[in-house]
Amino acid sequence: MSPAASSPYGPRADAGPPGLAAKLLGFCEELRGEGVAVGTSEILDAFAALEQVEWTSQADFREALAATIAKSQDDRRVFELLFDRYFFRAAEAEAVQRGMNEAEEGRGGAEEGEGGGGERLDVDELGEQIRDAMAAGDEDRLRDLARLAIAAFGKGEGSGVVGVDVQRIRRTLGLTAGSQPPTETGEERPPIDREQLTAFERHLRRELERDLIERTQTLPPSRPLAELDRALPTSPTQDLAAVHRAVGQMKRRLATLGQEQRGRRQGGHVDVRRTMRASLETGGVPLRLKYKPKRPRRPEIYVLCDVSTSVTSASVFFLSVLHALHDSFRKLRSFVFIERISEVTDVFEHERDFAVVAQKISSEGGVADVSGYTDYGRVWLEFLTEISDDLDPRSTVIVLGDARTNGRQPHAEVFAQVAERAGRLFWLNPEPKLYWNYGDSVMAAYERHCDGAFECWTTRHLENFVNVVAGGVPAAE
Amino acid sequence: MPGIIIAAMADGSVAEVKDSLAKVGYLADEPAALVSFLAQRLGKPVLVEGPAGVGKTELAKALSRASGRELVRLQCYEGLDEAKAMYEWNYRKQLLRIQAGGEAGWEDVQDDIFSSDFLLTRPLMQAISSPEPVVLLIDEIDKTDQEFEAMLLELLSDFQITIPELGQISATTMPIVVLTSNDSRELTEALKRRCLYLWLDYPGVEREIEIVRLHAPELSESLTRRLVEVIGMVRALDLKKPPSIAESIDWARTLLLMGAEDIDRETFNQSMSIIVKHRTDIDLVAERVGMKLAEAPSRAG
Repeated sequence: MSPAASSPYGPRADAGPPGLAAKLLGFCEELRGEGVAVGTSEILDAFAALEQVEWTSQADFREALAATIAKSQDDRRVFELLFDRYFFRAAEAEAVQRGMNEAEEGRGGAEEGEGGGGERLDVDELGEQIRDAMAAGDEDRLRDLARLAIAAFGKGEGSGVVGVDVQRIRRTLGLTAGSQPPTETGEERPPIDREQLTAFERHLRRELERDLIERTQTLPPSRPLAELDRALPTSPTQDLAAVHRAVGQMKRRLATLGQEQRGRRQGGHVDVRRTMRASLETGGVPLRLKYKPKRPRRPEIYVLCDVSTSVTSASVFFLSVLHALHDSFRKLRSFVFIERISEVTDVFEHERDFAVVAQKISSEGGVADVSGYTDYGRVWLEFLTEISDDLDPRSTVIVLGDARTNGRQPHAEVFAQVAERAGRLFWLNPEPKLYWNYGDSVMAAYERHCDGAFECWTTRHLENFVNVVAGGVPAAE
Repeated sequence: MPGIIIAAMADGSVAEVKDSLAKVGYLADEPAALVSFLAQRLGKPVLVEGPAGVGKTELAKALSRASGRELVRLQCYEGLDEAKAMYEWNYRKQLLRIQAGGEAGWEDVQDDIFSSDFLLTRPLMQAISSPEPVVLLIDEIDKTDQEFEAMLLELLSDFQITIPELGQISATTMPIVVLTSNDSRELTEALKRRCLYLWLDYPGVEREIEIVRLHAPELSESLTRRLVEVIGMVRALDLKKPPSIAESIDWARTLLLMGAEDIDRETFNQSMSIIVKHRTDIDLVAERVGMKLAEAPSRAG
C-alpha cells in the first residue's frame, strides 16, 4: 500500500529510500536548502561521529550531528528547527507507510499512565498537573500531558486547523503566561514562564499534527522555513535585540574586511632603527627587515539622525541603529535633529537602556521644537558652525533622514560644504528609492554631494550599506 | 606510555568522559562532554565558541588534567605569525656553526645548519613533535588574521607541518586540539570544516550552582542559590561585560571571606565590583539589581 503516491501533496510525503543513511542525506539536503553549508567532508564526519555514540539517546544523536554539521550559532538554530521537523516527518511517513495507527493500537497508554483511565478528565486537575510539569521543566511529562489534553478535549473534534486547536486547548486549560491568580483555596501559584508555555504549545502542536496525519494518512507539504522563524525581523519597528545582532554581525564583518584590506604588510615602510637592532642578533647582518606597523584607520564617525514626525516609524529603527553603533565604535558622535540639531553622544554613552535613551532624547534632546517639521537647511548651517573645526578628511558623516524639507530652503550649498570638509558622506533614506524626489523630498539636491545614498529601512539594507562602506561588494537584494 | 593514558580517558562512553572531567573540577554539560568524547575518538580538532567567561579555555585545561596529557597553549593575538607559532630557525646558532666550522666545505655546512638541531620549536611544532600525546590549546583564534588561519589548516587536518628546508614533519602522537573563539569575527569555512563545533553558553541555574559549590563548597546551599540567581539577573541586563563563571566563583569566595549570610543590598554594593567591571555597568547594575535586594535588616537599624 502506498498512500504517499496518492497524496495530493506530491512525492515529498514519501518516506524515501529506506535506511538511516538515506535519511541523513535527505536531512543534509534540507539543511543545504536552508542555506547551511554542509560539505561532503561534514557528512562523512557526521557518519563517523554517529558510529561512536549510542543512537538510543536522542540528545546524543542530535548533538553528534550538530557538532559535525552545524558550525555556527546561526547554523545551529536552523539545524534545531529542521532536525525536529525532518525526523518527525520521516517517522510519520514511515508510520503511514506501514499502516501503523496509534489511535487503534496504542490508545490509552498516556491516560493509564496518569491514572485517569478512560474517563474525561477534570479540566482543573489537568491544568494543575501541566503547571507542575512546566515549573519542573519536565519535557517528557509535558508531552504526555499534551496528549492527555488532546484526548480530554476530544480527538478530531477540533476545527482541524492545528494552530486554532492549540490555542483553544490552552485557553480551556486556563493557561496564560505571567503571574497567576491564586487557586480557589487561596494558594499562591508560581507564575508561568512564557518559554515554558511555548514549549507546552509546541508539544500540543506536534501531537495534533501527528493526529491529523493519522487521520488523513498524508503528510502536510514540507515548506521552507518561514523567514520569520530564523531571519531577523525586517520591519522598521523590529525589536532592539535584532538590530543589535545585525550590527554585531556587521562589526564582525568589518573586522574581517579590515584585515583583508590591510593585507600582509605590503608596501610597508622599513623601520630602520628596529631593523638595525634586530641585526645585532645576527652579527650585524640585517637578515630580517622590520617594518613600521600599519595603523588601521580609525575614523571619526558623525551620525545625524532625523527624528521628526515624517520619519516616526523609521526613527525608532534609526535610534536603535545609533544605539547599537555606539556599542561598536568608540569614536562616534551622534546628533538628532528636527528643526534644529542637538548632540546626543553623551546620552548614548551614559545610558545603556534603549527605552531610557529614546525617552531622554525626546524630553531633553533640545529638538522637540514647535512645529515638529524638519528644517534641513537650518540643520546644515548649525552642524557646520558647531562642528566645522572638527571635520577633517578622515571623518565620515552619515545622515539618516528622508530629505523632506517641508517646503523650506534646503541650503544644498551648505550641505556641499559639509561634504567637502568630511572625508566621506553617506545618506541613508528610510523611504524606498521610488519615493525620492516626490513631493517635498529634495533628495536629488543632496545626493549629488554624497559619496553614496542608500535606501535603508531594514537590517538587510543596513548590512548592504556597511558592506559598501567597508569596501565590499553590495549584497544582492 | 600512551596506552595507559588512553585507557584512562578515551575508553568508554560519553558519561565516562563527563565523569572524568568532573573529577578534575570541570562540570561539562551534555554537548561539551559529547564533543570532547568525539574529539578523542575521531581525532578531530574542536572549535569552541561562546561569550567570554563561560569556560572555553578551562575545558581544554580540564581535558589536559583528565587525560594526564601536557597542555601546550598558543595564545593568539593580532600579528601572530608562524615564527612565533610554529618554528623559527635559530639564526645565532646557525651563524656560530658557520663561523666555527671554517674548514668544512660549504655543502656540509649548508646541510647541517638546516637540520632540526637549529630549529626553535614553538607551540604548534612542540605539540606535534612531542613524544607524549598532548592537549593543544589554540586560544582566541579569532584574534589572528585570516592568513594565520590558513596556515593552521595543514596542521588541523593532517597533523603535520611542512618546513621548506626539511620537508614534512608529521605528528608522532595524536594531540587533542581545542580552538577557542569569542566570535569577534567570522572564522573561515575552511577552518570550521576541519573542526567539530561546540557552542558553550552560560550554564543554567542548577548547573552553575553545582559549579560554584564545587569550587566554594563552604558556602551554604541557600546562599549559593541566591548568588547564582543574582548573577542570572545581572547577566540578563544589557552589560558591556556580563559576569563570567569564574567571577561567580570569585564572588562566592568573597562572600565567604566577608562572612555574609545573605545577599542584601549592602553586601551586594560592597562586593559588586567582583562581578561587574565597567563603570557604566556598575551604575546600571546598582540601579537594576541592587535596588531589588532587601535592605540589610539588622545592620540597617
